[in-house]
Amino acid sequence: MATKMAITLHVNGTEHEVRVEPRRTLSDALRTDCGLTGTNVGCEHGVCGACTVLMDGVPVRSCLIFAVQAQGHELRTVEGLASDGALHPLQQAFIDNHALQCGFCTSGFLMLSAGTLEQQPDIDDEALREVLSSNLCRCTGYQNILRAVRQVRDAGKEAAR
Amino acid sequence: MKAGSFEWHPARSADEAVALLAEYAPQDGRVIAGGQSLVPSMALRLAFPAHLIDINGVEEFSRVRVEAGELVVGACVRHAAFHQPVEPGPLGRLLSRVVHDIAHWPIRQRGTFCGSLANADPASEWCLVAATLGARMVARSVRGTRVIEAADWFHGIMTTALADDELLAEVRIPLLPTGSRAGFYEFSRRAGDYALAMALVAWRDDGGRMREGRIGTGSIEVQPRRIATAEALLDGRPASAEAFAEAAAAVSAAVDPLEDFHTSAGYRRDLIGTAVRRAFEQAGD
Repeated sequence: MATKMAITLHVNGTEHEVRVEPRRTLSDALRTDCGLTGTNVGCEHGVCGACTVLMDGVPVRSCLIFAVQAQGHELRTVEGLASDGALHPLQQAFIDNHALQCGFCTSGFLMLSAGTLEQQPDIDDEALREVLSSNLCRCTGYQNILRAVRQVRDAGKEAAR
Repeated sequence: MKAGSFEWHPARSADEAVALLAEYAPQDGRVIAGGQSLVPSMALRLAFPAHLIDINGVEEFSRVRVEAGELVVGACVRHAAFHQPVEPGPLGRLLSRVVHDIAHWPIRQRGTFCGSLANADPASEWCLVAATLGARMVARSVRGTRVIEAADWFHGIMTTALADDELLAEVRIPLLPTGSRAGFYEFSRRAGDYALAMALVAWRDDGGRMREGRIGTGSIEVQPRRIATAEALLDGRPASAEAFAEAAAAVSAAVDPLEDFHTSAGYRRDLIGTAVRRAFEQAGD
């Protein structure tokens, strides 16, 4: 077994000092070592997108990054979306549009959407469909997920006017 | 599943990366860049390297630039860099169209152009680009630097000319001349899935006639390649539906398709003809 390494992960503005083997994925480190179980792990080989988190503001599959590689980067997980007890607009929109059923894919879709809207606040519908095709929802709520994200995008455009 | 144990060696410079590779390659060490193919292989225990040389922290590898008529793509340039044209000519526009067929948005934020070339999956879009446009691969090791032509690079499924102690430091793609037209078409069953067939075509428009035509196929044989018999049919002819159909038929006749449980060779042969025709029809400047 490889020696454990002492690393610091910056997650949602908090520093987590953890000891991990190099083979520990970021998704497992977030859940097991940082206690942040909002990030779900589905396929463990980059297909389903349930484990999507933001690394330096960019959506990435946390099962395809080793925790040691995430040192020095700003990480955000679903636990970092709400602030002061108020849900993030995307979380509220998912509720309002019935964009979740079992909820397993939800944290991944929320982080994918949050990162995308922050990078491209006026993303068009076609590009948004391409981005949202990245993750799997097996309750097949895609249309409602699209509706929820479009609602937040449109509200943001309205507010920026 | 979880990956097997390995020792992690982050490199801070290209020199350090090749030195680490020289030390650890004989001990089952290998390079990790974006890791979007390597890490799934490790999770599935298809690969279990004992050492990973991590080049994500090597600043000089993150650059893409134009130099002496070539687009030079560094070892750690992500797929996402190509969402916007990386150069103002026809090549930059072509690559910005091709990139949308590579896996999914989050994968493209992490996976790298050179990593795709080194991985040499038959279904890799960037490998098709390299083979069709005659890219040159620059391999570095402590022994020195050598340049490998696209025609010599691919050695079958996920196998290349790169030696164990060599790192693919950059890929150099010739710019397409002004007046070029280029098109790409890929067929896959689901958005973001591996292609069942894909084609890349390019030619120089000479007053309405096609010159220097290139037709490349991917995801149909063990490696991407140009089809000379089909290219020969283009020279001097107007860009027309008739010429496109003849070239597509010549491609179908020339390939030796892979087949699997779902797709017969006959189906794939037909499919690649359609892909070539659509690549021509969708070609832009």
